[in-house]
Amino acid sequence: MNGVHDMGGMTNMGPIELEPDEPVFHHVWESRVHALSMSSPTRANIDVGRHQRELIPGPEYLAMSYYQKWFRGLSELLVSLGFVTPQEYAAGKADPTAAMARPVLPAADVGARFSRRGSFQREAARPAFAPGDTVRARNLNPPGHTRLPRYARGHVGEIVAVHGAHVFPDSHAHGKGEDPHPLYTVRFTARELWGEAANPRDRVCLDLWEPYLERA
Amino acid sequence: MALRVKALESLLIEKGLVDAAALDAIVDHFETKVGPRNGARVVARAWTDPAFKARLMEDATSAIAELGYAGGQGDHMVVVENTPTTHNLVVCTLCSCYPWPVLGLPPVWYKSSPYRSRAVIDPRGVIAEFGTRLPDDVEVRVWDSTAEIRYLVLPQRPAETDGLSEEALAALVTRDGMIGTSTL
Repeated sequence: MNGVHDMGGMTNMGPIELEPDEPVFHHVWESRVHALSMSSPTRANIDVGRHQRELIPGPEYLAMSYYQKWFRGLSELLVSLGFVTPQEYAAGKADPTAAMARPVLPAADVGARFSRRGSFQREAARPAFAPGDTVRARNLNPPGHTRLPRYARGHVGEIVAVHGAHVFPDSHAHGKGEDPHPLYTVRFTARELWGEAANPRDRVCLDLWEPYLERA
Repeated sequence: MALRVKALESLLIEKGLVDAAALDAIVDHFETKVGPRNGARVVARAWTDPAFKARLMEDATSAIAELGYAGGQGDHMVVVENTPTTHNLVVCTLCSCYPWPVLGLPPVWYKSSPYRSRAVIDPRGVIAEFGTRLPDDVEVRVWDSTAEIRYLVLPQRPAETDGLSEEALAALVTRDGMIGTSTL
């Protein structure tokens, strides 16, 4: 989806606002949004969560704070996945006839949940490319979720690392399973991406799945 | 916002979808257990222990786990080293990906549109806004976190720190130094 979330390369978003001694959360409600998002059954699929925030219409997305976006995404996902009915959400009260759920993250499991090593790597076909290969990022403009930024599309880079096969967000965010594909780090020169005015030494590296790439 | 969040929290607890005590434990984890002090320990260890540094550059996830740091948003770690000729900068242009186990949750500016948009096209300008002017002959390498690989910058060890303990060295390491928006 060509949304405003895919903002790499824009230059008119204003100054970077630094805040010395910044707290982890600025308001209690932000900490609750974070904790609710982490413990919600919707967290089982990180790609669905990312895509839900991307679906916020551009003008609203740009005007919202980070945790406002997370709250919006969480609320919409809880309803669209059927964990909460629209009536329950509107009323803030559970339907008394609905069955009681069991929390996917009980308090006793929190410590282990955030210190346990997980993995997005899966068994899959051998990678088609190797370090040193020259590849072009395809000119893909899918209507759904993708992790191929617009600024890289159509540009030529070099494979610098192969990470094995990883869960493919373009499928996983849309109920098409994990659909693992080889994942690469691809290095582009700044001049390839941004033109001759860029410093000839500078590079930009992206992690891109094999379906995003073609041999160049 | 506070009232709307409270209403959703009450509803999810009432339905049994989330555990109220788990919410408190999660907030505590992110406020007190993770943060840039973890990453600083990794950096100081790498500066003082060549064997650890070699493991860190080879398999960062496992080396970082030796110090007890692991978990979500740190499942596939890569450490990128600053040298006199190369400077690394980490960004997530598409959302806000950041290595939670070693740096904690990201600051607001890291998640903001100005940083996400400009870091890839004008990294030198961004770094200058943080107070560091990089020489033209230093290569700037930007890492856009587009997958589940998470990047940690290994800053250059400051000069004249030869006699310092690992703990004293860790105190010199800043969050921004490990994102790459600053040097030490």
